[in-house]
Amino acid sequence: MFELIGVPPQALFGQLLLGLINGAFYAVLSLGLALIFGLLNIINFTHGAQYMMGAFAAWLLLNLAGLGYWPALLLAPVIVGLTGVLIERFLLKRLRGLDPLYGLLLTFGLALIVEGAFRQVYGVSGLAYPVPPSLAGGVNLGFMFLPLYRGWVVLASIVACLVTWAVIERTRLGATLRAATENPALVQAFGVNVPRLVTLTYGFGVALAAFAGVLAAPIYSVHPLMGANLIIVVFAVVVIGGMGSILGSVLTGFGLGVVEGLTKVFWPEASNTVIFVIMAIVLLIKPAGLFGRAT
Amino acid sequence: MTAQLTVRDLEAWYGESHILHGMRFEVRKGEVATLLGRNGAGKTTTMRAIMGMLAQRKGSVGFEGVETIGLASHQIARLGIGFVPEERGIFASLSVRENLLLPPVVRQGGMGVSEIHALFPNLAARADSQGTKLSGGEQQMLAIARILRTGASLLLLDEPTEGLAPVIVEQIGALIRNLKNRGLTVLLVEQNFRFAARVADRHYVVEHGRVVDEVPGAMSSRDVEKLKTFLGV
Ligand SMILES: Nc1ncnc2c1ncn2[C@@H]1O[C@H](COP(=O)(O)OP(=O)(O)O)[C@@H](O)[C@H]1O
Ligand SMILES: [Mg+2]
Repeated sequence: MFELIGVPPQALFGQLLLGLINGAFYAVLSLGLALIFGLLNIINFTHGAQYMMGAFAAWLLLNLAGLGYWPALLLAPVIVGLTGVLIERFLLKRLRGLDPLYGLLLTFGLALIVEGAFRQVYGVSGLAYPVPPSLAGGVNLGFMFLPLYRGWVVLASIVACLVTWAVIERTRLGATLRAATENPALVQAFGVNVPRLVTLTYGFGVALAAFAGVLAAPIYSVHPLMGANLIIVVFAVVVIGGMGSILGSVLTGFGLGVVEGLTKVFWPEASNTVIFVIMAIVLLIKPAGLFGRAT
Repeated sequence: MTAQLTVRDLEAWYGESHILHGMRFEVRKGEVATLLGRNGAGKTTTMRAIMGMLAQRKGSVGFEGVETIGLASHQIARLGIGFVPEERGIFASLSVRENLLLPPVVRQGGMGVSEIHALFPNLAARADSQGTKLSGGEQQMLAIARILRTGASLLLLDEPTEGLAPVIVEQIGALIRNLKNRGLTVLLVEQNFRFAARVADRHYVVEHGRVVDEVPGAMSSRDVEKLKTFLGV
């Protein structure tokens, strides 16, 4: 094959795929953050810890209950989502009507507690989680070798984002959710149990994070701080996309993953900072974010 | 006729400010009653207190024999009370159709969508537009229409004619009489007492968070003079 600007295509497409995979995690995580922020007005700093909990839930299901990847992909989000429901019911609920800063502090503190507790029990060396046998190996696409599992991660993330988007934009439930994001008191005065909707939305956002965590488990090692590092980048993604825009967070997530991957090819030294540089530029030019509405 | 809505000693606060000081009035089944009063008298607050939308309220609000003071807002709505807020509350992120279908049906006997579209042809024509792209009059129609779908038997309308052209005000007057003929009960807040006089069976005058007078729907010229003094017009 030919070379592109002095870069062998294998390296280019390899990094592009890595970028897409990172982008998939950015997209799913920032989608959950956007959903939660829209309805609860809380910046959920526990999100990274909840992603980690998803990966650990999968690992525990495998090692304690003998349940493999596919059941875990369903069960782990449900279990972690339920812990989210409890957090909302017993803690976040009490913050309603207060400055969003309280929510930020509470969820940040929770993340420290959860990550600290997992570190206490499982150490920091990381645990291996096997790729499911049905997705082992890969295919040669001619221009690159595609590990099947990595292709699956991108596909599953796109499907999760599309389904979430379709529910929000195209269904009665989604319309109720959008209305409650605008004016919760009025939606409740129409007879909708808004407090329950808020609880379920938080639970769903958390479940999305856990879903991403299960997807990540076979790629990265299952590690108590796996979410702590990722979530900082995800918050930059959210700032760039604009808090509160569903489609915006998904597109920005994938887009920035790819940009990051390409930077790795052409200017490897800058790849860790490129997203933050973009964030600074976007903040200067369009403070509400690329897809955000100025308020 | 029996009272459908009974408000007794209703008090309400916004944070520290005490706004309602023992509101007392009732609305009978099938009638149109108004709350008249100057700006800031507490009419909107009364509506919001009835709907349970305030953090702090006490006293008694009975609806069809059910005491609602301890209920959450959505439970009150589900008893069969429909609310049209002063600012109309049309959602920008929802289409006209989605706005119309938003409030859940709380009782049998509400209007169907086709019936509503026959009554408000503009809403059918613009079903796919963004809700807030409608004209002020159309938004008001939409705010009322979406409540008619739910089967609510008591409608709270907060200044439905505010800021609208005379021809639209006329339409809303006709609509309210139409709703009354269908057996619905209406509690109406109005500044425009000429309009109120034409649609209502009974008026309550609100001042400083309490009802200070009650006037029958068909006003004598003495009533009119008295109201003019109260309302400062
Ligand atoms: N959200 C609020 N917070 C604090 N005070 C309010 C609020 N809304 C209304 N008020 C005050 O409550 C009083 C009654 O207001 P309102 O019920 O809106 O009057 P009306 O509808 O009769 O014009 C006014 O003095 C107003 O300033
Ligand atoms: Mg008012």
